[in-house]
Amino acid sequence: MIVGNRKPLEEIQEMIKPYKKILILGCRECITVCAAGGEREVAVLASELKLSRTKEGREIEIKEFTLERQCDYEYIDQIKPFVDEYEAVVSMACGAGIQYTAERFPQKIVLPAINTTFLGVTLEQGVWSERCQGCGDCVLHLTGGICPVARCAKSLFNGPCGGSSNGKCEVNKDTDCAWQLIVDRLKTLGQLDRYEDIIPAKDWKPSREGGPRVRIREDLRLD
Amino acid sequence: MRLSYPTNVKIIKVPCTGRVDAVTVLKSFESGVDGVYLAGCEIGDCHFIKGNIRAKKRVVYMKELLKEVGLEPERVEMYHIATSDGPRFAQVAKEMTEKIRALGPSPVRGPEKTEEAKEVFEA
Ligand code: SF4
Ligand code: SF4
Repeated sequence: MIVGNRKPLEEIQEMIKPYKKILILGCRECITVCAAGGEREVAVLASELKLSRTKEGREIEIKEFTLERQCDYEYIDQIKPFVDEYEAVVSMACGAGIQYTAERFPQKIVLPAINTTFLGVTLEQGVWSERCQGCGDCVLHLTGGICPVARCAKSLFNGPCGGSSNGKCEVNKDTDCAWQLIVDRLKTLGQLDRYEDIIPAKDWKPSREGGPRVRIREDLRLD
Repeated sequence: MRLSYPTNVKIIKVPCTGRVDAVTVLKSFESGVDGVYLAGCEIGDCHFIKGNIRAKKRVVYMKELLKEVGLEPERVEMYHIATSDGPRFAQVAKEMTEKIRALGPSPVRGPEKTEEAKEVFEA
């Protein structure tokens, strides 16, 4: 899933300073699961903003609304009937959702309330961890199912580096060395011989080197 | 046991303190209260196993939210009181009332509610 963090209140307050009537727009997908921008977080932000505005003695009217998804136009368009009643939209979706909302309503001020951080997993309730960087050319079959791009601080393809010690990464003592994990997993799988193969330099073109990426399935297109 | 406790304390019954989330507490502040405390069971005594432990953690989060808004984090607290401990219940109500009195009225209530509250604070 896509994981993100709610921006600090101060930053959001600053963004909405000129406005008296705003729409806070949540998303029910990843950002709900990582407890950053779902219905509850929309309610918390709305309440925080109302309280701080009351304290300043400035009024604010807030509508709370959470879409099924903010990365599909069918859902975003659900706000069409009422979006114009609001001076600005504060989006609590990931960066993709925020942008798509802005794109669908070019005349509207759309502001981000989320810092989108990574593609990851839920380790336990309340703990999320990065796993993939969307490099566009997956090598997990070579690396024991552990991603060297996202999980090695240096994205090394033939690790570990000299900084690996007792299974931990030199960049952060609380982080497992991805290459230690890779070696351990290859051992478990009986594939340690793969470790002897040099993985050639990665072609980063399928990653972001070629600019923003588009995926097309002609067979699914309607026209 | 007929114990008295400050009349400004309004009780909201919930099945378990684990039911109380940040939104409920923030909304109470929106409605003009000066403080909120959760009176949960003693640790280890939760009928729902961990409700009171989760509530305790949530109170820490709620304090952070209050700070962000510019309210004193002490305006929200968690207490653990055994169900049978009436005297402790009354004592906590007094303690919290005194604490909130010392902090003064909530700065986020609308002007009309501040008027209402003056009576309570000046009593
Ligand atoms: S190799 Fe690339 S696609 Fe595969 S998990 Fe890592 S970043 Fe994601
Ligand atoms: S210690 Fe391991 S994870 Fe950290 S940078 Fe070196 S190889 Fe990568």
